[in-house]
Amino acid sequence: MIIGNYESWGRYPKYSPFDVYYVYWRNEIPDLSKFTKKILPYAWGKSYGDSCLNDNGILIDTKGLNKFILFDEEKGLFRCEAGVTLATILDFAVPRGWFLSVTPGTKFISVAGAVANDVHGKNHHKSGTFGCHVTKFELMRSSGERLICSPEENSELFRATIGGLGLTGLIIWVELKLKPCPSAFFAMESEKFYNLDEFFEINDESEKNFDYTVSWVDCTASDGSLGRGIYNRGNHAHPDEYDLPELPKQKLKNFPLDAAFINQLTVSLFNILYFNKQFNKTEKKLIHYDPFFYPLDAILHWNKAYGKKGFLQYQFVVPFGNEKEAVKEILNEVSKSGKSSFLTVLKTFGDIKSPGMLSFPRPGVTMAIDFRMGGDRTLKFLERLDGIVCNADGVIYPAKDARMSAEDFQNFYPQWTEFEKYIDPAFSSSFWRRVTKRIHNE
Amino acid sequence: MKKIMIFGAASAIAQETAKLFARDGEHLFLVDMNISRLEAVRDDILARFKTKIDLYEANALDFDKHQELFEKAIQTLGGLDYVLIAHGTLPDQTKTQENPESIIREFNINCVSVISLASIAANYFEKQNQGCIAVISSVAGDRGRQSNYIYGAAKGGVTTFLQGLRNRVAHSGVSVVTIKPGMVDTPMTAHLPKSPLFAKPNDVGKGIYKAMLSGKDVAYLPGYWRLIMTIIKMIPEGIFKKMKL
Ligand SMILES: NC(=O)c1ccc[n+]([C@@H]2O[C@H](COP(=O)([O-])OP(=O)(O)OC[C@H]3O[C@@H](n4cnc5c(N)ncnc54)[C@H](OP(=O)(O)O)[C@@H]3O)[C@@H](O)[C@H]2O)c1
Repeated sequence: MIIGNYESWGRYPKYSPFDVYYVYWRNEIPDLSKFTKKILPYAWGKSYGDSCLNDNGILIDTKGLNKFILFDEEKGLFRCEAGVTLATILDFAVPRGWFLSVTPGTKFISVAGAVANDVHGKNHHKSGTFGCHVTKFELMRSSGERLICSPEENSELFRATIGGLGLTGLIIWVELKLKPCPSAFFAMESEKFYNLDEFFEINDESEKNFDYTVSWVDCTASDGSLGRGIYNRGNHAHPDEYDLPELPKQKLKNFPLDAAFINQLTVSLFNILYFNKQFNKTEKKLIHYDPFFYPLDAILHWNKAYGKKGFLQYQFVVPFGNEKEAVKEILNEVSKSGKSSFLTVLKTFGDIKSPGMLSFPRPGVTMAIDFRMGGDRTLKFLERLDGIVCNADGVIYPAKDARMSAEDFQNFYPQWTEFEKYIDPAFSSSFWRRVTKRIHNE
Repeated sequence: MKKIMIFGAASAIAQETAKLFARDGEHLFLVDMNISRLEAVRDDILARFKTKIDLYEANALDFDKHQELFEKAIQTLGGLDYVLIAHGTLPDQTKTQENPESIIREFNINCVSVISLASIAANYFEKQNQGCIAVISSVAGDRGRQSNYIYGAAKGGVTTFLQGLRNRVAHSGVSVVTIKPGMVDTPMTAHLPKSPLFAKPNDVGKGIYKAMLSGKDVAYLPGYWRLIMTIIKMIPEGIFKKMKL
């Protein structure tokens, strides 16, 4: 019997595993070759599409691998088991003066999931991806081997596992380099921009002076206001420079309903209100890391606001050179379609290279847009966006994807055939089976 | 630095209590039946807090080694202030009821061994006129139900035993804390469907820590289980026996 919910964050597609296997002790991992079906690790299910699903296969639930292993307070080196969440790490590290070197927009993900998706955050232009700060990890293969992987040791498996979508074996523990942080607060500025060109201007100057930048875009705006939004940028707040407030007590709320609360009307209203809630062109404030990085984490299970059919997040990156045209074209399509999204996020990636073989981030502009799953029409619409991304030599982010074609994936990530050599023969995922369908010969 | 022994220290619940004592800088003597698990627990605690931890491998069913275990703990810690007895197993009721041998085994783990350990602790504390014995019993011990009465009866035995023990050692300034958790999301219940009534091990672990510090007699964890069990205990037996609980 399968206890609990093993869906993905977007709740689309709906696939069920054949069985779930729990692990609790890092020295008692079962023989991974004993399973009669393909296996895949699963922790907190925050991947949006099907990269964390294993239709009719076995999921290894790693939430029980929840222990710390060591912390070197001088060097900021931190080692913990695979299922530990970034939230747990922050709770521990911030009061001791350390922060995650890179964090994505939710802290409720496992550290091994962060490695397997080589996640990125608001400081990509300064610090690269999560994988850039992984010093080593232990990987268990179905051969029974337990390998320490680092840039020096088993370096190819190290590179394949970072961004390797959980396919190269079971990550048992991860060691990270944390970064010093002077407080739990950020000095943040929000600046309105009235169109896309303005975004790029603000961005050029902001990226020099701010470690963290990200923008929200009103994707209901069109014509002259196309791409208007709010640019947020910030730096760690130092107690010498700022009068820091008391630590807030975070209260988590559950999304109360499982109902399609997000529709055209609520989304348009939200976008207009959000853009106009800020009166001044620029606003400054001191803000705790929770609302700064994780505004949506305050409402647990916010994904339920999209109803049972779920939603899709479309995240792509297009390289510099083609970026302005491509982003405009996509925003045009979105605003024309009326399929507007709640949270549309725009950010530029810098040129720090990740060790990850299959990693998504690369220099260029990335954008993430949410769409309610409205059946074939939504899927057809996203295929149109794929066309624009392909023409601009962009790529789509596997961790968010539930539907890109095998052909597109293989064009986006031509290194996939090289990567495939490092996949553990006992491992697979719904995503991987979908995007590696043979197109030519065979 | 207080001196604390935890039996069943690899239990998900007990680990959380251990962390809180470690945060306070207390000296811990952790006992469980698998040393590699204990090592993982120790590494976890030491990565978080600077304190002293010693490990000891023992099986609760080795009754004749209980005395030696305490001697070892007292020697290593240089005394003893707190004992938490946390080990346990949750048997499959329908399978176990078919087999008296496994019923006895479950009683030996969940009741007999606990009574033995608690008695040794009480005798020691009584002599030094201070100390605290906390034992994880269960709400399941408050009333026998068809779905879980083997485990429930063992826990019920523990609860009644502790009542008497408390009465005896209260005069010597020793506290006996009966912990009655409701359902907790731990490896022990991994195979059970989860309802909103399931508590998290860290909340229960924290409740145990607080109850031990305050020397509370009985702690239902979370607290609302006191009300639930009061109601369940009030149902007349004639009606109760017809219910499917
Ligand atoms: N989870 C619940 O819903 C719940 C509810 C009420 C009461 N409780 C009680 O809470 C306590 C802790 O349970 P838990 O939920 O934290 O489960 P758990 O993580 O499974 O812990 C049980 C521990 O007891 C140890 N143990 C079992 N048999 C033993 C033996 N013969 N000798 C020595 N150690 C032995 C186990 O050792 P290994 O790790 O080596 O197997 C394990 O560390 C138990 O007394 C349980 O009955 C639990």
